[in-house]
Amino acid sequence: MSQHLPPRWVIALTTLVYVFLHAPLLVLVVFSFNDSKFSTSWEGFTLHWYERLFERADLLSALKLSVGIGLGSTVIATALGTLLAMGLARRRFPGRAFVEALLYVPVVTPEIVVGISLLILFVAMGFQMGVSTILIAHVAFNISFVTIVVRARLEGMDRSLQEAAMILGADEWTTFWRVTVPQLWPGILSGALLSFTMSFDDFVITSLVSGPGSSTLPIVVYGMVRKNIEPTINAISAVILVVTALLLWFADRVGGEEGAPKGH
Amino acid sequence: MSALKALRRRAFTWFADRPVAGTLGLLAPGALWLLVFFMVPLLMMLAYSFMERGLYGGVVYEATFEHYLRFADPLYVTILGRTLALSLTCTVLCLLLGYPVAWTIARSGRLKNLLTFLVVRPFWTSFLVRTFAMIFLMRESGLINAALMGLGLISEPIQLLYTPWAVLVGLVYGFLPFMVLPIYTSLEKLDPALLEAAEVLGARPTARFFRVILPLSMPGVVAGSLLVFIPSLGSYLVSDLLGGAKQMMIGNLVQNQFTSARNWPFGSAASFIVMGLVLMAVVAYLRTRDDEEGGLR
Repeated sequence: MSQHLPPRWVIALTTLVYVFLHAPLLVLVVFSFNDSKFSTSWEGFTLHWYERLFERADLLSALKLSVGIGLGSTVIATALGTLLAMGLARRRFPGRAFVEALLYVPVVTPEIVVGISLLILFVAMGFQMGVSTILIAHVAFNISFVTIVVRARLEGMDRSLQEAAMILGADEWTTFWRVTVPQLWPGILSGALLSFTMSFDDFVITSLVSGPGSSTLPIVVYGMVRKNIEPTINAISAVILVVTALLLWFADRVGGEEGAPKGH
Repeated sequence: MSALKALRRRAFTWFADRPVAGTLGLLAPGALWLLVFFMVPLLMMLAYSFMERGLYGGVVYEATFEHYLRFADPLYVTILGRTLALSLTCTVLCLLLGYPVAWTIARSGRLKNLLTFLVVRPFWTSFLVRTFAMIFLMRESGLINAALMGLGLISEPIQLLYTPWAVLVGLVYGFLPFMVLPIYTSLEKLDPALLEAAEVLGARPTARFFRVILPLSMPGVVAGSLLVFIPSLGSYLVSDLLGGAKQMMIGNLVQNQFTSARNWPFGSAASFIVMGLVLMAVVAYLRTRDDEEGGLR
């Protein structure tokens, strides 16, 4: 567009990077339709591997569990995270630095460290590993991300609307529900979406705090990847790719520009 | 229903009238959750790293420093060294690949949104699926081997998986978007007038890049490098699936000590070594950022 386009080789390299980012996933999807068990070459089109997905009861129940834990942890983390963001954005109070540290330590702590430390806690407290420990863990790593996203929205928000509402006679409660929350909504939604995605996708932490009978989808998929070979994994991967694409599209529709994921 | 509504309204007004209680009410639930389920476990882990090892996992409450001293063992020096080398190489590769992408996006006009979306899209895909995509390409019967054999470059499949290269490719594939976005942000802010000025004053393209574009995008480069380096240091899944037992990184060592090896204190010590490295990287970043803000404003 402008006369300051980067040199040609930079554009060429960029094209290669895009191929590197997307070709592997595309290949994965294409070969989920391949009529061959040891898929190196194309042997014809089949939906067999998708049919196989429905035969696996463990996949289906893992999917249900993942959706359930995803929704549950998202609701809790979004509520707590949003409150935290409002508290941090509005008020000055002693111990603020401490709360800030509480907020940012989870963002930089490696997943494996989070998982192991929770394992230590749960074992020390005599908790039975299962759905509830997974839920606790997911809320713990999601609160910070919700808070950061909602807070960014809060800080960019126009306070004068609230003042106007108060001047026009609305009380605090009405102002909060009719002015503040609708303004915040895109931030809350994208925080919730980020939270659900991370919960739905998490393997490392979940695998450490899950018990027998509480295998989420990533845990089952990990087992499949470990045992390898069967194109059923390609099929489930393709399904996951399509579902995340739909979620992203949905987020874009409701969240506006806030729905676009940021770099951190 | 309306009674409930009235109650909620009264509760709200009560909090609104009392700033201290109000602030506490907003902060306490989330802060407590983070305190109990994030900070306390980390502190317990720190304490465990100074205790004697229990026979069947767990710890015995006797103080010792031996677990940290064990890292002088060549075996663990190797794992630490590999972790650092892989993370650094991954960061440099992401920079070399990510900078051109960010540059192109920043100058792409109407394509900007589409190109950004295409960079971020893989990030929203299951990490497990992405890593499996790498396995699918690199395994013995995978497409890369098939292609190389088809071209006649090799006569039998070569070992691609379970090498340091496989882990490196997996890390770059996983974290590249983190590099592109911050650099793009700082390149977007760059005023084209500066480039025109440089051109008018006779700067060649190379000079324009090294004397104008690159220095002004440094904040993005630093932020991106950190966003890649930190998750690389603590990564577990990539080295687990693409590297196997021979290419252990420190994250795998931690996991191993808590599962098969059953040496919890040593695993805790290893965790804190990762945490220490990560925190050092964060502090270094905050320093450079503060310097820049102080200098520019």
